[in-house]
Amino acid sequence: MKTQLRLMFRAGLIGGLIALHLTLVGMVEALNKREIIEDIITLGQLLLMGVGLGTAVYALGKLPRERRTQREGWWVALGAVSVVALILGLLALAIKPLNLRFMFQNASPALVRILTFDTPGVLGLVKLWAFLLFSGALALVYLYIPQPWDRTLSYAVGITLLMGILRALVAPLLPDIISDFLFTPSGLTQIGAVILVVLWVLFLHYWPDFKARLETWQKEAQTPQGAPIRRRLNIAFLVAILVLLLLPAILRDKGSYLFEVLDMVGIYIIMGLGLNIVVGFAGLLDLGYVAFFAIGAYTMAVLTTPELPFVRQYIPPMNFWEALPIALLLSLVSGILLGVPVLKTRGDYLAIITLGFGEIIRLLVISDLLKPILGGAQGITGVARPTFGSFVVNESWEYFYIILVTIGIGIFISTRLRDSRLGRAWKAIREDEDVAVAMGIDHVSAKLTAFATGALLAGMAGALFSSRLYSIAPHSFNVLISINVLCLLIVGGMGSLPGVVVGALALVGLPELLREFAEFRLLVYGAALVIMMLYKPEGLWPEKARVSRVAREVFGDRLKTLKVE
Amino acid sequence: MALLECQHVTKRFGGLVAVNQVDLQVEPLSIHSVIGPNGAGKTTLFNLITGFYRVDEGSILFEGEPIHWLSPTHIARKGIARTYQNIRLFGDISVLENVLIGMHTHLRSWVFEPILGIRHFLDEERQAYKRAMELLEYMGIGEWAFFKAKNLPYGQQRRLEIARALALEPKLLLLDEPTAGMNPKETEETMALIKRLRDDFNITILLIEHDMRVVMNISDIVTVLDYGEKISEGTPEQVRSDPRVIEAYLGRGAATAMAMATSSTAQGD
Repeated sequence: MKTQLRLMFRAGLIGGLIALHLTLVGMVEALNKREIIEDIITLGQLLLMGVGLGTAVYALGKLPRERRTQREGWWVALGAVSVVALILGLLALAIKPLNLRFMFQNASPALVRILTFDTPGVLGLVKLWAFLLFSGALALVYLYIPQPWDRTLSYAVGITLLMGILRALVAPLLPDIISDFLFTPSGLTQIGAVILVVLWVLFLHYWPDFKARLETWQKEAQTPQGAPIRRRLNIAFLVAILVLLLLPAILRDKGSYLFEVLDMVGIYIIMGLGLNIVVGFAGLLDLGYVAFFAIGAYTMAVLTTPELPFVRQYIPPMNFWEALPIALLLSLVSGILLGVPVLKTRGDYLAIITLGFGEIIRLLVISDLLKPILGGAQGITGVARPTFGSFVVNESWEYFYIILVTIGIGIFISTRLRDSRLGRAWKAIREDEDVAVAMGIDHVSAKLTAFATGALLAGMAGALFSSRLYSIAPHSFNVLISINVLCLLIVGGMGSLPGVVVGALALVGLPELLREFAEFRLLVYGAALVIMMLYKPEGLWPEKARVSRVAREVFGDRLKTLKVE
Repeated sequence: MALLECQHVTKRFGGLVAVNQVDLQVEPLSIHSVIGPNGAGKTTLFNLITGFYRVDEGSILFEGEPIHWLSPTHIARKGIARTYQNIRLFGDISVLENVLIGMHTHLRSWVFEPILGIRHFLDEERQAYKRAMELLEYMGIGEWAFFKAKNLPYGQQRRLEIARALALEPKLLLLDEPTAGMNPKETEETMALIKRLRDDFNITILLIEHDMRVVMNISDIVTVLDYGEKISEGTPEQVRSDPRVIEAYLGRGAATAMAMATSSTAQGD
């Protein structure tokens, strides 16, 4: 009894503190303006509901499984939620008499109204309590739904709410008739929410069957009689690729914002692929990676802009395609130049030296001395855009194709190198440099090649970046870029190529999507990162022990007799 | 001519003389053991031969050429491979790739061949994969080829380390306490394996062991180090009965007792 009481209060206090924090930083109030489901729930209320639900789940999670659905479970979960309600209720009561706004400027009368559901007096507090009891009870109800419906249903509700939150992104993708029916300017219509939940339940319910059938098809296709199936699968695959490729052109009018985000994600993917070679494959912790990005970007800008009279005396402005090889070459060479002095250093020391290199490049760019050449603090405008004959690549969605092709090349190079002698040498150096050297690996050339390949991809990303933005300024090339690219590798999973894509989407795409959270964007983003790292420390898509193409070819059927992790 | 020759090799760490004026001659196709108590300088000697430490005095010749000024990479390329006392595998990559890395010096491709998918490169890779698998099967760990090396059982890890060293096609194989952490039965198997390695691959083996009983049966020559100095050398029988060796292992005064003990075991055999 005593332990249950303690559990109840602990869960309640944790939940209460989180709720206090969210309300006093102003998140609840700010997000209350957005109705996620018309006339039913706002984003702010959803947040509080999440706290209630989380509190109950936490409390129930500490109980043994079989006792969760007994009276004890109800008691502890609802008790914990009541503690949260008590804390929020006290806050609502205390705001006015204690003049809390003196210290917490978000403790406004509006917040009190939100917490008490616009109802004055005791009734308002009861409503708050009921609201939290309801959110806590959801966790209990979940326990009573038979499998597999519990998962299906909760996922469907979750995805639907997410669609409501990310309305700005989802709605423009749908034809106007459908999106007007499902969405309001701030969220979902009531009928839309119901329809979406039902659709998602159906989809999630039948998805495993469908997946199993796909897998049997794939297996049949492997057999000698499977030729027709194989052909059909290939066609389906090609059609899918084609649709994906045409999607930007179809959606271009609706989602220019979407493509701006996607372009940025793509540029980060290119950089991620490069840094993945340096850090993920070769294990060389490079914190000055932004330098190569800057070199690519500035070479492109300096060579193509009509500005900078000092430079123009000597070289006439080039077009995009003339400047690109020079930009790539320069970043490649600078990759090798950085590599030479740091060959002997490892780990932390390597990180600090490369960090310094990144800063040197940034300071050079911003310096007054080099202003006639590099444009100084104002940067450079008028960077050339890629042209194909008379066609000028101008729009975000058009750039997206170029970026897509570059990503393809980057992935191609990475996969080819990963399973080669060079790739193995990199991995050996990453795992244990002494032993690698004792195996006769030339660590000097292996490391320099890694730096050069990584720098090449960063330079490419930089050239595309400056061309797409039309102008560049030094502040775009600070150390945060290096950190971000490194983070996307960690979030995606070190050394894993799909991980780079997933990591870039999560790290660059997510903050853009989180614009819904306005000024609390970074707070939510930080929390998401922490949660991600707590629950998936090896990354979202970690690399598995793979069977390479050559291995499959050489060993063929014998692979089936081998143990595979 | 000896395959490997250490001449008056000395290595100091600050005031400590880890290896002091050691002479060593390893004859081709022999199994040569270096034994000695913990801290006798055996592993330091290995690190000197493989180029991880610079010798302070003296020289090391391999096939008559001085190698003590070469980098570890180049010494490996001359045909010296080693294993480690505390197994050092490339843990996060597959067992097969560990062996392929051992083959590094015998493959030629670098950046452009794999990217362009040149036929010569693909042929080379196929050959390498086949040979790597053969080596793994020879060592009896073929079925683990696609496991991450760190997930292998301990005994298998030792075998993999030897397979990786063999992949280098060395002329001289240095084994640093290959039986560390093994029970008597595994130890016996490993020793039999080492003997087979010499015969099947035509290589010379230089072996470190601190437990002298282990190497007696398979060694052609045994060198005994103590406090960095060579105190005895000869056939196992000669070394076994050398009073200085017994003293180094068991302390002063134990020599006589030990001599009696060994003679009685010899009768027991």
